[in-house]
Amino acid sequence: MNQKTMSIILRVMVFAASILTIGVLLFLMVYIMARGLPHLKLSLFALEYNSENVSMFPSIINTIIMTVLSLSIAIPFGLATAIYLNEYAKRGNRLVEAIRLTAETLAGIPSIVYGLFGMLFFVITLKMGNSILAGAGTLSIMILPLIMRTSEEAIKAVPDSFREGSFGLGAGKLRTISRIVLPSAMPGILAGVILGIGRIVGETAALIYTSGTLAELPKSVFSSGSTLSVHMWYLSGAGLHMNEAAATAVVLLLIVLLINTFSAIVAKRVSKT
Amino acid sequence: MNHIKEFVMKYVFMIAALFTIVAVLLICVFLFANGLPVMKEIGFDQFLAGTRWFPNNVPAEFGILPMIMGSISVTAGAIVIGVPVGILTAVYLSHYCPAVIYRYIKPAVELLAGIPSIVYGFFGMIVLVPFVREFFGGNGKSVLTASILLGIMILPTIIGVSEAALRAVPDQYYEGALALGATHERSIFFTVLPAAKSGIAAAVVLGVGRAIGETMAVIMVAGNQPRMPGGVLEGVRTMTANIVIEMGYAAGQHRQALIATGVVLFVFILIINLTFNIVKRRSDI
Repeated sequence: MNQKTMSIILRVMVFAASILTIGVLLFLMVYIMARGLPHLKLSLFALEYNSENVSMFPSIINTIIMTVLSLSIAIPFGLATAIYLNEYAKRGNRLVEAIRLTAETLAGIPSIVYGLFGMLFFVITLKMGNSILAGAGTLSIMILPLIMRTSEEAIKAVPDSFREGSFGLGAGKLRTISRIVLPSAMPGILAGVILGIGRIVGETAALIYTSGTLAELPKSVFSSGSTLSVHMWYLSGAGLHMNEAAATAVVLLLIVLLINTFSAIVAKRVSKT
Repeated sequence: MNHIKEFVMKYVFMIAALFTIVAVLLICVFLFANGLPVMKEIGFDQFLAGTRWFPNNVPAEFGILPMIMGSISVTAGAIVIGVPVGILTAVYLSHYCPAVIYRYIKPAVELLAGIPSIVYGFFGMIVLVPFVREFFGGNGKSVLTASILLGIMILPTIIGVSEAALRAVPDQYYEGALALGATHERSIFFTVLPAAKSGIAAAVVLGVGRAIGETMAVIMVAGNQPRMPGGVLEGVRTMTANIVIEMGYAAGQHRQALIATGVVLFVFILIINLTFNIVKRRSDI
């Protein structure tokens, strides 16, 4: 085969693969929208869930509670770890190596394994039962590596001259971190947090046996409650509520679209500064 | 006063940083402590190499080889489908795509990564299952269906990591090949791509990890019969599916056997992580 034909074949393959990738995405989005939008009725947002209206409203509220709770655990730990790794730890420190290795391990663990751990640890050993709190505990560990890595990158991107300037004016390390480093790194940290929200909203396997599948408004964080994704699993699993499941898929896709757009806007602010 | 605050906060940060280590230790301890005893009880070879999974028989039989083979077969299928498309798309993004189009395609690929697995599963159920049933036969829920769906799901991972690896190759490689008279394609595929092979290998390993750990999407399209895979159009059950499907009603030894299934999956993931680390270290030139 001469070079020219080979080049043409390779070029065709490259374009075909790219069109396939984008085509699959577009087809999936359009198909789910077309399948679900006609069934997005007002009764699906009724305040109370019952087997007649199969309302997703309680699950939306549960999702919001789950997100807030998980983030309020994961952000402090993730951010503190990022600050420690960047601002305090010495390079090549044994501890730093161990933290990085474990963070990478956490990032690779599948959600069902988190679900098993959450069930054994939070639900059974800590006696939380199937509860939103147990689910949030599980998810906070799951998104920790994501929050940690994005925060670390954002903090690392802050130029050293900022810190030196602050030290030069007589500020201590803590003041420099809180007044100079963190504000400059904020857009990057925020972009990571938004991605974390996406993971929480889309998670199913880690929650089925930790927060449970009860599609009702929770009385407290100790009661069971299904998030939107778990609710969708419940609806499609029975095979009786495919239309409602499709409508839920539309809502999930819209949330994901919103999150990705928002994250991209925030991230663009990072590259500008 | 300030000195004390500085000193205290340093250790506060350090202790918070220890949390990841504690988390990994807790996960290991809880999984192994709950999964290993039952494996020993059943017998390691019986559990790992047994081909019969009948938890409700008397006496119950717990052999998870069908599930291990199920996980491996759908993962292999996903790699066969997802890796070529992913690498070629990464080549497009790094060496063909004009900046104007890149602004739209890159977020689209990221969107592919953000779609929840339950939505992928639903899509597979209402689109891919009937498609495979019509065009290939069988009842549609099969290794092939799961492989296609997983192949799509690992695309963003493969594309993202491969693209970064391709971009990390110095421009001189490409320019040097061009200067020697090679075409655009030949320069990319015979100089840039081989130079990025460690990074691309890391992408594939990461894709394997994603595919083997995927749960919800696979359950909805793979058929879930706990028997040895018979062919690409036959149904299989993966380890992940085994846990989710039966945990709801399992008790006693059955329940522990499911946790042990999780332990086996966890060991698989640890091995994959280790491989990823080795491959990645080699790619950091």
